Amino acid sequence: MPAEIRRRTPEELLREVQAEEAAAKSGQLKIFLGYASGVGKSFRMLDEARRRKVRGEDVVVGAIQPQVPRDAEVLLQKLEVIPLMTIGSGTAMDVESVIRRHPVVCIIDGLAYDNPPGSRNPTRWRDVQDLLDAGINVIGSVNVQYIAEMQEQVAAITGKHAGTSVPVAFVKSAYEIEIVDTPPEAPIERSPAQQADADRRAQQLSRLRELALVLAANVVDHQLVEYMRRHGLEQRYGTQERILVCITPRANIHEMMETALRIADRFHGELIVAYVDQPNLSQEDRIGLEERLTIARGAGAHIKILEGDDPARAILDFAKTRGVTQLFVGHSQRSGLKTRIWGSPTDKLIQSSRGMDVRVFPQ
Amino acid sequence: MSSSASTSPRGRLKIIMGYAAGVGKTYKMLEEAQMLKADAVDVVVGYFEPHARKDTIAKTEGLEIVPRRKIEYRGTVFEEMDTDAILARHPQVCAVDEFPHTNVPGSDRAKRWEDVLVLLDAGIHVLTTMNIQHLESLNDQVWHITGIRVRETIPDWVVQRADEIVMTDLTPQALINRLERGVVYAREKAEQARKNFFREQILVALRELALRQAAHEVEQRLDNGHVVSVEDPDRQPETHHKILILVTADPETAMLIRRAKRMGDFLDAECFAVAVQPTGDLSTLQQTDREAVERHLNFARNLHIETRILEGEHAADALVEFARRNQVTQIFLARSRERLQWRPFAKSIVQRIVSLAKDMQVVIVSNPE
Repeated sequence: MPAEIRRRTPEELLREVQAEEAAAKSGQLKIFLGYASGVGKSFRMLDEARRRKVRGEDVVVGAIQPQVPRDAEVLLQKLEVIPLMTIGSGTAMDVESVIRRHPVVCIIDGLAYDNPPGSRNPTRWRDVQDLLDAGINVIGSVNVQYIAEMQEQVAAITGKHAGTSVPVAFVKSAYEIEIVDTPPEAPIERSPAQQADADRRAQQLSRLRELALVLAANVVDHQLVEYMRRHGLEQRYGTQERILVCITPRANIHEMMETALRIADRFHGELIVAYVDQPNLSQEDRIGLEERLTIARGAGAHIKILEGDDPARAILDFAKTRGVTQLFVGHSQRSGLKTRIWGSPTDKLIQSSRGMDVRVFPQ
Repeated sequence: MSSSASTSPRGRLKIIMGYAAGVGKTYKMLEEAQMLKADAVDVVVGYFEPHARKDTIAKTEGLEIVPRRKIEYRGTVFEEMDTDAILARHPQVCAVDEFPHTNVPGSDRAKRWEDVLVLLDAGIHVLTTMNIQHLESLNDQVWHITGIRVRETIPDWVVQRADEIVMTDLTPQALINRLERGVVYAREKAEQARKNFFREQILVALRELALRQAAHEVEQRLDNGHVVSVEDPDRQPETHHKILILVTADPETAMLIRRAKRMGDFLDAECFAVAVQPTGDLSTLQQTDREAVERHLNFARNLHIETRILEGEHAADALVEFARRNQVTQIFLARSRERLQWRPFAKSIVQRIVSLAKDMQVVIVSNPE
């Protein structure tokens, strides 16, 4: 019931084989995602290294921050460490030595770290990419503050821009991601001024924690889609809310978008705006449609133009392939005899949709 | 809720959330209990499920465990958490495993979460564990993902009472490895589990649900001022939404109520659930239908939704009129599973409501086929 086996096209099969060949040669990346220093990423990473070593895996530490908490230090002492290289006044991971040593797994802290000038790569995450390409598995860690695409959101919360960053695509390419979730500690007794300060910090941490959880969920969603694709399964899970707003030249775009944006925001969902292309639009309708698309684009929605003689069918087919969970449509305005007998496109959507909410808006 | 303990402030509730057996919830709970004990906090274990896991059992060492209460039911002796004994002992913190557990008949309360609320009312802080699939509002999504209808659910308002929710995260691959190494279940049960629930795509999907829910819980607590909030000058005043749910005998109604309530919770909207009958009560319904409507209304009340039976000859008209009178902005309806016959000019109740309520949003909810 939840998923259907579907025959794959030759192109899909070819793409799969190519992807699998590439994946077989390169190492796998596992990322521990945190949202503040001191949440215990280093410990979790080193603890995993220890467990793997106990199970007989060849593990080395490629890079670790100079000062680790004491519990992590204890773990570190039992592991083989390849020292960092000194380049000018800075240090960088010794990529060549790691590749020569060629362990099964390499532990690398601080993926967003910038290498000093004159290094093999400008950033540590590119060093990691080299190790992966060489067939070495990597376990790394990064805080949400250091994801390039999230810097604006983070700055809005903390007022600070991180100097260095890792692109989100690199994080999404991880084979595994694990969030290190330790909520901000309850403040102990403090003076009112200290208390206000602590509260502000606790709130910032909570917002960063939320960002990290959503990012982890998005990476996991990406993995789920990939898994389903590899196994020829059609995704119909609705783990993430996906809203499809269907617009027409006279749709009540303001109310539809307001509701859609609010739901997408609250559910951390995806928002898509679609219209079914109709060839014989009047001048007035064409202008109306353009206006609505401009509003939707301005709101940052992803726009999709659908084609098909049967608008309801085109919308439903698209909704199904994209795993849409909520379909937004306007009330039909036509009320002629034809509509009364056969039903309006809106009636048809309600009748034929399965497993998604259909939300009908006043015009 | 009982007010007998009104002198002491309410205890704080912390939930350790996971997405499957074996991700390490109980372990984490006991680890926290150990840390509290090391900080000289008076902590006891009210209930824990050893699952015959060595690591977990070792984590209880040195902790005070309140003996379980024995309850005989149909000739078998069951063991449940002894809430009275914990109240008498009155520790600062009590660790209680498996929050969604259903107590054996004959217990004082039907659910363990009800026992926990009693402890909280008495001013005892509680540390507890649960998996995402037990959250009431996700019941249908979990069913779509796993093919399993989870019966032991916790209403969302109970989880919303938690002061803190922490996610125990473990990747599905690591979880499957643990299962295969026999850490989670005994060999035979592990093989069974691997075939059913512990399939990779199911675990990945449940994990995603758990992460999203955890993010939502964090946000909710920020908005509710559990953490002092800073005014955002750019924030637009939001439309206040009110949701009206049509309750019928249709079996899809439970799903409808869950979905509408979840939407209401996420949008900070109030929910009402109403049934419409010509007499204003359920007396004219056939027994099976009456029972179904009663069950659905009761279900809504358990989720803290206000319910009412409206008087009206035509359900659609009465519903829409009620909606207008009460400034409802969204009507939620279930698309009945029964296939509608093709009847020109005859409209289904859904169609009638959609055409009558042109001044508000109408949401039609349906299960996948």
